[in-house]
Amino acid sequence: MKPSRLSHILLVLYGLLILALLYLPLVSVGFASVSKARYLSFPIRRYSTDWYGKALESDTVRELLILSLKVAGLVTVISMVLGFFGALAFARYQWRFRKLYQKLILLPIFFPQTVLGLALLMWFNAIGIVPSWKTAVVAHLVWIAPIATLIIAIRAYSFDPALEEAARDMGASTGEILREVTIPLLMPGVISAGLFAFLLSWGNFPLSLFTTGADSTLPEWLYAKMVSGYSPLVPTVGMLSVAASALLLACALTIPWILRRVRS
Amino acid sequence: MKGREHRLGMLYALPVAGFLALSFLAPILLVAAFSIMPQKVFTIFHMPDFSAYGEFLAQGYWRSVAWSLAMAFAATAILFVICWPLAFAMAKVFRGFTLVLTIGVVMTLFVSENIRLFGWVLTLMKGGLIEGHIRHWTGTGFDGLLYNVPVIVFGLVYVYLPFMLFPLAQGIAMVPDDARQAAFDLGASRWQILREIELPLAAPGIMVGCLLCFVLSAGAIAESKLLGGQAVIVIADEVETAFTYGQNWPLGAALAMVLIAIVGAIAIWGISKADLDAMIGRRR
Repeated sequence: MKPSRLSHILLVLYGLLILALLYLPLVSVGFASVSKARYLSFPIRRYSTDWYGKALESDTVRELLILSLKVAGLVTVISMVLGFFGALAFARYQWRFRKLYQKLILLPIFFPQTVLGLALLMWFNAIGIVPSWKTAVVAHLVWIAPIATLIIAIRAYSFDPALEEAARDMGASTGEILREVTIPLLMPGVISAGLFAFLLSWGNFPLSLFTTGADSTLPEWLYAKMVSGYSPLVPTVGMLSVAASALLLACALTIPWILRRVRS
Repeated sequence: MKGREHRLGMLYALPVAGFLALSFLAPILLVAAFSIMPQKVFTIFHMPDFSAYGEFLAQGYWRSVAWSLAMAFAATAILFVICWPLAFAMAKVFRGFTLVLTIGVVMTLFVSENIRLFGWVLTLMKGGLIEGHIRHWTGTGFDGLLYNVPVIVFGLVYVYLPFMLFPLAQGIAMVPDDARQAAFDLGASRWQILREIELPLAAPGIMVGCLLCFVLSAGAIAESKLLGGQAVIVIADEVETAFTYGQNWPLGAALAMVLIAIVGAIAIWGISKADLDAMIGRRR
């Protein structure tokens, strides 16, 4: 029943084709970001990195970067905490309302984000909170905290309850069990949830659109420039934002590997 | 023992459940309340009427809803066909390459959706990556490929591919090889195995993938704005316009409620059928 060699090769080629198509638009953005001309037209005749210099010098871009970092950083920390406890309730403990709770966690992920952003804008307005980057953190969390919960839950499912019970039998309190057993066991899940949370918040646009008030995140600024006409800064700043996520991801993937090498 | 499990479960669920109650359920209830207010008011302390929903019917907003749902349906169907062979190979055929594909696809999720769509604009526009190079090499160009309905569906397919691929692969991984082998030994054709064994046994993954793609596409806005120009106005776009330029919150809320009702009904129906413990934890 194993597929033949030919169909195996065809499937690999198909996979490579899909990957290539997924990355093709980024290739275009990359080329556009090093085009010298103010009005982009392919094939590119003269290359230059001037726009990167301009982007890095610009105060606006720096402010956007700092604001996006602040939002993503806060979202990461809060969703790690919420997700940790949420995942234990999701996967580890058998309790009466668990099925209902699992469904509540899933609903925001299935929800159209633009509508969610608008609903939150009305909500903040109704309870008298002026939208700013802080409300954007709340908006991101509505979508990202459930995702973090699910990611940690995958780890919590494979958690052996006997470990906690053994600790309890030996006289450990609930707090001690949490600190000594549960947290170390779920840590890999918590870290990957944190990574997801950061990157998803960093790139999120639909939720930020309505909930940042007078502030603006990087994807929001890019969108505003895109719809109001072409600016050579758009591909450049876009590429910078992609590079930042790629860098973080590369660090996240290599640091555990290096640590393992050092230890052994 | 059971008592402690129940208490701890409840306690640990509290932070995230409380947060979602306050900033997910409450805002939706508020939208529902706004949708039955008279036109152009900004508080919910007025006599309720259903004029906003009347406007929905009278002004032809249902057309946007129909477009959104039709394009979401098309994108979901196309995604299913595109992703099935790849998901199958990821679950059953590839070994190391599955990891490469997984990382490669997940990484695109971390790039803001509008940067990727903007990349497609640069690729497909007149004078873009494709048309510019063809004109350069052959001397004859064509009008760009943007600003029509098929390109919006293409954008949806592109953006939501991971949301179909991974649930499908997860679902196919749940099909036991023995079942396929047995059917094969009993003389079933490849097509029969697909229809009688693989599709039914992978159904949970298929359902989650299709639901996610349909629901997210139905509420999508950036694809139609960036790639589609003004070819069609989708419902999420109408909602946004009613809130921002129109300054008509009840109308926006009513439009949003229509979308929420359709999408929510489908999502709740699907979630209530799925066995989450089996899908995520792979227990039992």
